[in-house]
Amino acid sequence: MAKNKNKGQPRNYTLESGVARFGKSKTYHKKAVYKFLKKKTPKQASGLKPAFIEKKIDGAKNGGTRMVRVRKLANNYPTQDTPVEKGIKQYFAKHVRRVRPTITPGVVAIILAGVHKGKRVVILKQLPTGLILVTGPFSINGCPVRRINQRFLIATSTKIDISSVKVPEKLNDDYFRRIKAGKKQAKKEGDIFDATKKEYKPSEERKTDQKALDKDVLQAIAKHPEGKALKAYLRHNFALTKGQYPHKMTF
Amino acid sequence: MPFKKFVEIGRIAVLQDGESAGKIAAIIDVIDQNRVLIDGPCSGVPRQAYRIKNIHLTPLTIKVPFSSRSKVVRAAWDAEKITQKWEESSWAKRMAMKTRRNTLNDFDRFRLQKAKTARNKILTKAANKNAKVLSKAGKL
Repeated sequence: MAKNKNKGQPRNYTLESGVARFGKSKTYHKKAVYKFLKKKTPKQASGLKPAFIEKKIDGAKNGGTRMVRVRKLANNYPTQDTPVEKGIKQYFAKHVRRVRPTITPGVVAIILAGVHKGKRVVILKQLPTGLILVTGPFSINGCPVRRINQRFLIATSTKIDISSVKVPEKLNDDYFRRIKAGKKQAKKEGDIFDATKKEYKPSEERKTDQKALDKDVLQAIAKHPEGKALKAYLRHNFALTKGQYPHKMTF
Repeated sequence: MPFKKFVEIGRIAVLQDGESAGKIAAIIDVIDQNRVLIDGPCSGVPRQAYRIKNIHLTPLTIKVPFSSRSKVVRAAWDAEKITQKWEESSWAKRMAMKTRRNTLNDFDRFRLQKAKTARNKILTKAANKNAKVLSKAGKL
């Protein structure tokens, strides 16, 4: 039998002008109607359920039973049609996440803003919210496993093979969510301009996760043909010198 | 100062503009005041009319009659070993160096910087050593 190229496609369809593509004779042969002419499917019992049901009722003088509708009639027929809700509200969760094609797992990128600006880090993956997950690795340049918006990254053409690195599932957006200081505490303080700003201290969980992840990443770096130089490269910050113009440089 | 390189039949020139920018071709014929016919069968330049202002003349020439076919140009080019002579010239090397510098990526630039500092360290160390020796001998 010839390979069915038309699998899943309708056998007949209407053209733009409104006319069917294949006429009666052609469709007869396409659908192999001759095969089904003599076939007769047994008539299935109609799935109609009774509209009324007999129900017992109390009361001596009420006749004992009543015929009750299975599906009640509508109580209210509105005089105006309700406007159809156009459900195209673009919730953040529905947003399309795009990523620059140069930002792929294993690429070395330069961070342009934030505490770690100038650092060269390894890109791990893109998270569901669209933010990029990166790591220093921490032991090389002090940048922890972190989320960064791709707008603040310049992707270089240097790639590390991190296919052997398994980023644990728990490193997702929930994990990195900012923990806001309790509102009740703030009220107790009284003085709004209380100078004791709570400094961020990484939890033990973060530290262990960092170590475990970096172990694999460091191995991947060591495997790279320029591994030693790469380590020094990641350790040093990026800076522009005289005569260097980012729009003229290839990264 | 007299001119040494002329727009003449057989002159090898570096093209500055268009698809073949950076490649060499031979001047095969002069069309008019502003244009010449060039051909670079061995350098991947198709036979075409070209603006004189867009060519930079090299010291190399080949001996070809005017309006020669590409086949003849190719034969003369290979006989003179123009491709080899061109690639050995400092002009071609400088061009290659410039393009290499422009296409360095961030990692390359970092490695270059490290190599330069390492080399310069050795040089200054040696120079300082030499200076010390000379100053001690009273010659500095």
